[in-house]
Amino acid sequence: MELLMAIVIGILFTCAVYLMLSKSLLRIIIGTAVLSHGAHLLILTVSSLKKGAPPLLGQHAESYVDPLPQALILTAIVISFGVTAFFLVLAYRAYQELGTDNMDQLRGNEGND
Amino acid sequence: MINLLILPILIPLITATILMFFSKQVKTQRTIAAVSTIGTVIASVILVITVSKEGIQTLNLGSWTAPFGITLVSDMLSALLVLTTSIITLLVVLYSFKSIGRDRERFYYYPVVQFLLVGVNGAFTTGDIFNLFVFFEVMLMSSYVLIVLGGTKVQLREGIKYILVNVISSALFVITVAYLYSVVGTLNMADISQKIASVGQPGILTAIAILFLIVFGLKGAIFPLYFWLPGSYYAPPTPILALFGALLTKVGVYSIIRTYTLFFYHDPGFTHEMLGILAILTIVVGCVGAIGFWDVKKIIIYNIVIAVGVILFGISTMNGEAMEGSIYYLIHDMLIKAALFLLIGVMISITGTTDVRKMGGLIKEYPWLGWTFLVAAFSLAGIPPLSGFIGKLLILKGSFSSEFYVGAFVILASSLIVLYSVIKIFLTGIWGVPKEYKGISKGHARYLWATSAVLVLLSVFYGLGADALRPLFSQAAEVLVDPQIYIDAVLKE
Repeated sequence: MELLMAIVIGILFTCAVYLMLSKSLLRIIIGTAVLSHGAHLLILTVSSLKKGAPPLLGQHAESYVDPLPQALILTAIVISFGVTAFFLVLAYRAYQELGTDNMDQLRGNEGND
Repeated sequence: MINLLILPILIPLITATILMFFSKQVKTQRTIAAVSTIGTVIASVILVITVSKEGIQTLNLGSWTAPFGITLVSDMLSALLVLTTSIITLLVVLYSFKSIGRDRERFYYYPVVQFLLVGVNGAFTTGDIFNLFVFFEVMLMSSYVLIVLGGTKVQLREGIKYILVNVISSALFVITVAYLYSVVGTLNMADISQKIASVGQPGILTAIAILFLIVFGLKGAIFPLYFWLPGSYYAPPTPILALFGALLTKVGVYSIIRTYTLFFYHDPGFTHEMLGILAILTIVVGCVGAIGFWDVKKIIIYNIVIAVGVILFGISTMNGEAMEGSIYYLIHDMLIKAALFLLIGVMISITGTTDVRKMGGLIKEYPWLGWTFLVAAFSLAGIPPLSGFIGKLLILKGSFSSEFYVGAFVILASSLIVLYSVIKIFLTGIWGVPKEYKGISKGHARYLWATSAVLVLLSVFYGLGADALRPLFSQAAEVLVDPQIYIDAVLKE
């Protein structure tokens, strides 16, 4: 199971890198979202996906899954939500002000003349 | 007072929350921000005194014992960095009163600065690797807001790049923490160190060490990961630039110091040699940039890169004396970079240009500004008895005794180039032929100069009082050389 997850996460990272290297700003933001999906799945996977009850004491099971990575993922998810929301609004604002979403046209070298 | 070490995090956090209610009353905001930042400085002074008297302070949040809860740890290194951070923030807040402009002040400038202080102080104090990530995000999120606040074209454009780079490095941080958790099964830094010591750093941990170097190197701008810094730091206005230049990269540097002395010290042949080589290359690219530009902001920005290289080279030698020098130099560099950015900010607002060739003769009208800049420039280059000297001297002594001659030579040569780059500003911009300027009034300039001069004065005292402060640095370096002290303090029975 971990091997399958590792391959899937690898594909997610590949897609993310490909998207982030493209010219359009929206594709880059989609890339960052895919990247954070990959990272979150990776945290889940590295704590080993062995069988067990959900981490609720009311379940009275013999073994539970590791509760720590789930807390980490929850934290990382809300952080990446916050950053992505800010990034999207910034992209919108930049489109309004600068009139382009092409990263090639967002070049500049101040202090270089 | 066992909760003392959380105060430098808690005071700005509460202040930021309160400030958000008064966003339109600029006067109230200024008063609250200044008073509470003074409070943070006082709390950090008490913290430094306590740590120097009673050794490493730890605080288990929620009374959960060490490896299970989040532990805050204040050793001498982090206490000193928290103090320096608070002082710099206080002076930048005072400088902002007359420099940042009402429009930005009305749109949550002071709360965001306080949140930045929360993030930086938290990152210096935490003893938990995932908590470090969270404090990094607090700091970065505030810096995203600060870099685009005002919404000029260049800020939007560079803001996008800055956020993209940091989103990627944050994702890498999460990935690295996940790998580390899968190997050692814990998140508490002291516990991680102990677990790594018991397995003796196999190959996978060396790979994780390099991943950490990439993550923190992206934040701290080492070669070849510094590419985002010159453009991004160019965009925001001066006080924000001073905060960024003094604090943000140094958090990355601190994290490299922490991880490389606490976690990955078992196989220094590969990891530390790599760190040393990258540090030397960082110095070289920084020097190239510092010589190449005629723009005052750009010159100082590339000087940040040089300083990061010098500090990390001292750490990579794993020599007690060089590490002491690195700590000394780290704090000197935070103070002097903030001072220099604020001083060139005064020059820019007087002349209305950032191109040093369009300035000239400032010494006629503004002699106090000129001489302060000269002192700051000499201090940056490391002329004795100013503050840049002792740090570099210790780093050089340490690297000579460990026989790292190439690095020591590069550091010596870089000092010359640093001196050349700032003296270029002095000779063309401040000396030179006087020109007509219609920037800000003289009284206004005098206020801005006074706040930045306090920082220069502090760094002069820091250099003169090096002997008196020496025990503090020895205490800080002691923990870096022998991580067992840190582990014992955190995991005490």
